[in-house]
Amino acid sequence: MDVAGAGGLPELANVYWRPRASELTLTRTGRLWTLSTVAHTVPFLGAAGLLIALNPLTFPVALVALAHAWIIPEVYAARGSNVVRRRGGTHHRGAEIVALGLLGDLIGHVPRELHARTGLVLERGELGVWLVAEAGAVLVRPGARRVHCYCVKATDPKLPASDRIAHLLLALRTDESGFATVANLAFSGARWRLRRRLPKRIRPALDAATVAAAAIR
Amino acid sequence: MSRLIRMDHTGHTTLAQWSVDDEPSVQAAIEAFRAELDRGYFAVVSQGEGQAEHVRELPVDASLVILRRPIAGG
Repeated sequence: MDVAGAGGLPELANVYWRPRASELTLTRTGRLWTLSTVAHTVPFLGAAGLLIALNPLTFPVALVALAHAWIIPEVYAARGSNVVRRRGGTHHRGAEIVALGLLGDLIGHVPRELHARTGLVLERGELGVWLVAEAGAVLVRPGARRVHCYCVKATDPKLPASDRIAHLLLALRTDESGFATVANLAFSGARWRLRRRLPKRIRPALDAATVAAAAIR
Repeated sequence: MSRLIRMDHTGHTTLAQWSVDDEPSVQAAIEAFRAELDRGYFAVVSQGEGQAEHVRELPVDASLVILRRPIAGG
């Protein structure tokens, strides 16, 4: 059976059980993540409030509960930020220069400049604005309030960094919803929460994607 | 002159170059193309910013055909 269908990503055959990503599935996934975050944090907030109400002397324990309520969403956001971190590696400098040349040919001047500064490639899609990294991608949804962070990579570990980005970029351009289906979701949540966890060098890329996604309605 | 390139550990390698009016060069490119597909590569033709097409046969009229490895969720 040709799961990918005409023009689809051939890799879809490896995740045939997953429903194809779409506006509907992304919105539903985002709501489920929000619900999950609420379910993780509200009990701690409630416990903290209850403890203080019952006996103000329990405030140290209440503070611990509040810390838990704050830390859990931060841990999830940190997991999301990891998808766009540089992987490093031992690749030959010459190979990276060659790969960078090809990647530069695939993207326009503005994304090329952004990539030089941040290591990420900005790509506009139907589902939102993407930031493509070496081993992951961030989708900033239209309106720029929510992001989805995906772990996804080329299967050849010997590729130079720019080739790994080019692999993901070409797959994304071939079949955007297929790309979002093949990739593993690491985090979905508020853009501001992700931004705080990103290295400062990468933040301008998220800011640029935010401006582009805010213009989509 | 059209080119068939493979993204690999060197950055990329040019596997074949052909002209539509040069039949031997086209045949050599088709053979190189099929050999790489048999090795598990996927072929993509970039169609300008934001668009690319996965191809299973060598599009002889394309100026650049790129071979890539599969991707997978990490």
